[in-house]
Amino acid sequence: MSAPARALDVLARTVAPLVLAILGSAVVLLALGANPWAFYADVLRFSLTGEGWQQTLTAMAPLLLISLGLIVSFRAQLWNLGYGGTYLLSAAVVAGVAPAVFAFLPYGAATLLLLVLAAGVGLILALIPASLKAWFGTNEVITSLMTSFVAASLANLLVKGPFQDPSVSVPQTRVLDLEFMLAYVPGTRVHLGVVLAFALVILMHVMLTRSSFGTRIDVLGLNPRAAAHAGIHVPRMTVAVFVVSGALIGLAGAIDMLGLWGYMRTDWNPGYGDKILPFVFLARLNPLGSVPLVGVYAVLATGGTLAAQRAGISVDLLTLLVALVLFFMVIVEYLAARHSVGRSYLPRGIFKAVRA
Amino acid sequence: MNEAMLTAFVVAALAAAMPLLLTAIGETVGEQSGVLNIGLEGLMLVGAYASFAVTLASGSFTLGFLCGAVAGAALSSLMALLAVRLRASQIVVGIGLTLAGTGLTSMLYDASYADTRPHLPPPTPVPIGPLDAIPVLGPALSTQPTAFYLTWVMLGFASLWLHHTGPGLRLRAAGQRPEALAAVGGRVLRLRVGAVLFGGATAGLGGTYLALVSAGTFTPGMTHGLGFLAIVVAMLGRGRMLAVGGIALVYGIFVAIGTALQLTTIELSNDVITMAPFVVVLIVLAAIGLKRTRGGQEARPALPPALATPYPPGD
Repeated sequence: MSAPARALDVLARTVAPLVLAILGSAVVLLALGANPWAFYADVLRFSLTGEGWQQTLTAMAPLLLISLGLIVSFRAQLWNLGYGGTYLLSAAVVAGVAPAVFAFLPYGAATLLLLVLAAGVGLILALIPASLKAWFGTNEVITSLMTSFVAASLANLLVKGPFQDPSVSVPQTRVLDLEFMLAYVPGTRVHLGVVLAFALVILMHVMLTRSSFGTRIDVLGLNPRAAAHAGIHVPRMTVAVFVVSGALIGLAGAIDMLGLWGYMRTDWNPGYGDKILPFVFLARLNPLGSVPLVGVYAVLATGGTLAAQRAGISVDLLTLLVALVLFFMVIVEYLAARHSVGRSYLPRGIFKAVRA
Repeated sequence: MNEAMLTAFVVAALAAAMPLLLTAIGETVGEQSGVLNIGLEGLMLVGAYASFAVTLASGSFTLGFLCGAVAGAALSSLMALLAVRLRASQIVVGIGLTLAGTGLTSMLYDASYADTRPHLPPPTPVPIGPLDAIPVLGPALSTQPTAFYLTWVMLGFASLWLHHTGPGLRLRAAGQRPEALAAVGGRVLRLRVGAVLFGGATAGLGGTYLALVSAGTFTPGMTHGLGFLAIVVAMLGRGRMLAVGGIALVYGIFVAIGTALQLTTIELSNDVITMAPFVVVLIVLAAIGLKRTRGGQEARPALPPALATPYPPGD
């Protein structure tokens, strides 16, 4: 297949699941007595026009960082499923200590410290499944998932305990003063964390596609035994991949707290990781490729929340839509691979075994 | 504590343990066949919603339980098709099942019951005759519905089937060495599809028990991670059904202790109770890993070797 034909093929395989999922959700909307045409028009209107595009860009910041964390680990065929709890615990720690840190340190130093702290929380959490995998070969799917639940409970405990704002009756952390939040890009209401997220996307893209570290990750993902024969220290590489992945996801928690929310409540969970996961695979685990696809989800999430309210339906339609994207992706990729008698362009993660 | 309080304690422990137990039975069978279904949360919610809607409309708990099982099996057929047949990643499909189940039931609830928030009457308990006279346990058992006893019967049958029948052994072979099973004419995919659908049905039943018996109503996201706990229970049970039953009961007792302590001055946060099983499983997995690498007595492997690998392997 020629290069342009191949590009067109990949594009079609990427767009088809999205279109099918949007159509499928339209059927659900019709069944619930809502007007799908008006709903999707609202989605675009609220997410792109007026102030909407700035909200959409802001929503992309944590999503991009979590995508990067997933991409790094999935490229190495390591399933870091700890994203949910990692995000929450990092966010809780940052929201909890931020008021005190800003009281003692100048703004710049405090912000930097909090970002490092969040990445550190993510890193430490990732070390649990990473070291069990590296030393004992324990299946990281289970251990990262378990770590995630422990972290989510710890986040709740912290917010109800040491980090709780005593002046409010509901358990939540102290609301960060606006002057301490991340600054806006001049002339917009988009905070600098968004810029940082985009910068990290480029950095990670270069690292994964142009550095020896990136090559080693890909070799590890293709075949760990071959990687060992090629002189790659597999356990060390496993830990390195998990650590980078965890730190990026932790960073997402800090940026979301310092840039957007300013405080953390108990039992609050935006569930970013689960919802962004299908889009990360659609981007074929390519950091630059994930930008437009994360953008699509950000548009749906930002516009969809208001559009659902206006249509009188639950915002969980978006969760269903994401699930449909995932299912259609698997089916389209399977059919396309069979049709062209070529191998799937989809990263091996989807169709390859999880190593025990 | 007086006897009435102890009875209430036992009832609370059983109410917490049974949905987990039902779900873990199917997950154990699935894991033994080599399929790790991490979409149980979605399957439970679908079962819970379907059974709630049906029982509310028809007044029949039996019909509710049937529909809950069918709904769970129906959604899990996606796992059977996409992961077992088309060999997509079980993890990715499992996450999709959780998303689909959560999204679908929350939307349907919002559209039908959000304003009225209906509740169900408790199901009729099975009369237990003279056993009622046993202190504490008697009064507690006398409030249990048919589903309670059927669950334990199912546990017993599943245990016998898995370890003492031909198909059961073949199913475990599919999780241990699928290529060896295939070489002697076993049908790996058919066994795995069956295990997935059975797991979907019991997860649906687990959700049904939660909605119809334990809670008496449906609320969006009411499983709160119970589906993931069922994976833990199945994993800790390592294919032994009686252990699965025991672990589920221990979990129920802990939940009941947590609830009881809230009546006293001792504060034990719900989060500690939620967190504990996950910490335990991490420690156990680490201990098993340590034992194996130390080269000591060959430990019973924590997980079937072919778990979460598609068959046939390769690209």
